[in-house]
Amino acid sequence: MAYERNKPASLLIRGGHVIDPTNRVDAPMDVLLRDGHVAEVAPPNKVRGSAEEKLDARGLIVAPGFIDLHVHLREPGQSYKETIASGTAAAAAGGFTSVCCMPNTTPVIDSQEWVNWVRQPERGAVVNVLPVAAATHASKGAVLTDFRGLQRAGAVAVTDDGKPILDNDIMRECLRLSGELSFPVVQHAEDTRMTEGCPMNDGPTSFRLGLRGWKAAAEASIVDRDVQFAQQMPNARLHVAHLSVADSLKAVRRGKRSRARVTCEVTPHHFTLTDEAAGGYDANAKMNPPLRSAADIESIVVALGDGTVDAIATDHAPHACHEKLVEFERAAFGIIGLETALGLAITKLHREYKIPLTRIVELFTSGPARVFDLRGRGALTRGNHADVTIFDPKKRWTFDVSKSRSLARNSPFDGWQLTGKVVATVVGGRLVYRE
Amino acid sequence: MNKVARGSLLGIEDLDAPEILKILQAARRMNPQKPKPLLRGKRVVLLFYEPSTRTRSSFEIAAKSMGAMTTLVQSSGSSIEKGESLLDTGYTLRAVGADVIVVRHPLAGAPRLMAEHLDIPVVNAGDGMHEHPSQALLDAYTILKHKKTLKGLRVAIVGDIFHSRVARSACHLLSKFGSKVTLCGPAELVPEVAATLAPGVSVTRHIEEALRGADVITLLRVQKERLAGLKLRLEEYVARYQMTAHRLKMAKRDAIVMHPGPIIRGLELTGEVADGPQSVIVEEVHNGVPTRMAILARAAGKVR
Repeated sequence: MAYERNKPASLLIRGGHVIDPTNRVDAPMDVLLRDGHVAEVAPPNKVRGSAEEKLDARGLIVAPGFIDLHVHLREPGQSYKETIASGTAAAAAGGFTSVCCMPNTTPVIDSQEWVNWVRQPERGAVVNVLPVAAATHASKGAVLTDFRGLQRAGAVAVTDDGKPILDNDIMRECLRLSGELSFPVVQHAEDTRMTEGCPMNDGPTSFRLGLRGWKAAAEASIVDRDVQFAQQMPNARLHVAHLSVADSLKAVRRGKRSRARVTCEVTPHHFTLTDEAAGGYDANAKMNPPLRSAADIESIVVALGDGTVDAIATDHAPHACHEKLVEFERAAFGIIGLETALGLAITKLHREYKIPLTRIVELFTSGPARVFDLRGRGALTRGNHADVTIFDPKKRWTFDVSKSRSLARNSPFDGWQLTGKVVATVVGGRLVYRE
Repeated sequence: MNKVARGSLLGIEDLDAPEILKILQAARRMNPQKPKPLLRGKRVVLLFYEPSTRTRSSFEIAAKSMGAMTTLVQSSGSSIEKGESLLDTGYTLRAVGADVIVVRHPLAGAPRLMAEHLDIPVVNAGDGMHEHPSQALLDAYTILKHKKTLKGLRVAIVGDIFHSRVARSACHLLSKFGSKVTLCGPAELVPEVAATLAPGVSVTRHIEEALRGADVITLLRVQKERLAGLKLRLEEYVARYQMTAHRLKMAKRDAIVMHPGPIIRGLELTGEVADGPQSVIVEEVHNGVPTRMAILARAAGKVR
């Protein structure tokens, strides 16, 4: 439930267990928020300031507000799929206090005007919306946008997401500018010359279904090339979006070892589901990049644990029902993911693969904040934005997509029993979601 | 996923061996010369999004000979051309009173999508590169006219496996009855992953290996444009994989030669093999009618 927009001058979150990776806190702490900022984090009952409102967080984890580097809010122009208001309501319910929205809208967000439009209060966002602007005009891959102007207008990065930046010269120029401005370039790594007519991963399932297979190399070859470019330009900022195969991770690792500024994200669906989920032509298992093999999941889990992966991002991609209820090859790519991200991370990564909760919190908070240089976010440092996510890591619940706050219903996780649920979400000191 | 109506036939993969036997036994009881009016008063819609001669005409003759009313809906000259979705077309056909829909579609999984959203049986008459179950059933019917059992049978399938729904359905069916299937062709047309389709299926590049000891040889059509796309020379394919009278001698002496058609003489096989004594290619077409009669009777609930 989205709470009233009143803004208490102060809120005390009491009795919870704070996990704040940046400040190396993993202990029972009280958190005082005042005037939209973090005022104090202190051991239980040791907070000195007083608060008008109090929130009981006993038995719960209190974390910096979650940041999602990759969501599609579909505005401007595709409000039949999702709106900034509905998408951010889903974000709040999933514990995300900041979402970075992709520019593949109608029209494409490739100008300062559209960046401003997305950020206007009239859009009805309930969490922070941080636009990622197009890297080229209309994302056509030919002419670079005005990076400096977009950055000034409030864009946090550039991308042609949904499409790759294929041209070598254009990509090099993007990376050169990214270094100059400290403005990350987000690559959707897909060599579209290899993926035409391929609706799913290449493997036994695609062969059985009679569908053309999307090869791992179509992704890894682009990541490989981009990492090489980034290595040649010391300050370039390359961020690889929704990485899905083992070979891409190898390239990222190589880049990180050489001290190139290369970062990457993975989605919950890519560490949870294999391509077998599409085995009955379920269009809710159709995404770009496609679901991959069990071996790819193993590599991704290792990379999530060892620090190769910087962030978990949802790639929340809402579509209208009629865009999915068609022949598999014609169905739209993508699924919604904001409300299931934490549950899947805890169920899959923490409980099954034993990745520590502190690392999972890092992947939702300080990790993504570093990727896009989001100052004042991703940590409960005094003076930071009062963005807080409170969750119950042990709570078992069942995801019911018909109750999603998103306008869309395209999720393969409908009816899944998950462990770990968001209890309250605070943005700028204001409660925007309470279970 | 929604429930699929009883009597639907979406693919061989979903059927178990007893269910397949039931259909084959029903096919054997069918007499196209003196058919029983098992479909009297039923409306069978033939929904064809792709051209077809054999499959369409044999489904139509099968339905009509059992007393059904049939109507043919094709993508050109219908609302499909105006952009109507597959499901909306299905709802429309259901509303005009269809009892069974037989669908041929260029996209894999289309019959399943229809079946999951309609409360009437849907019969897959070929979907993309996925399955062609009625072809596999009529081929099994044909094989069993010449061989005692499918168990332990050695079957070679030669040609463009990757693009073939016939090959996929055949592999599933033969595997369920314990046949040994060897898929043969160049890597571009027969990827290694094909061996994962079902137990007992293997892949080879050498025609000699595929033919040695084979009881059944199924040839698949090879499209010239596909070879060109794969930068495979036509002469090279012919030299390595064409079925000639000489090569046929490598198989068992009583081996039969099959082909789902249309055949291209001089490409995947010589005219000598196509017309030779071991060829059952015409017989396959003939057997399509009783097999499809059984499939439609099953859809109407008349096969138990």
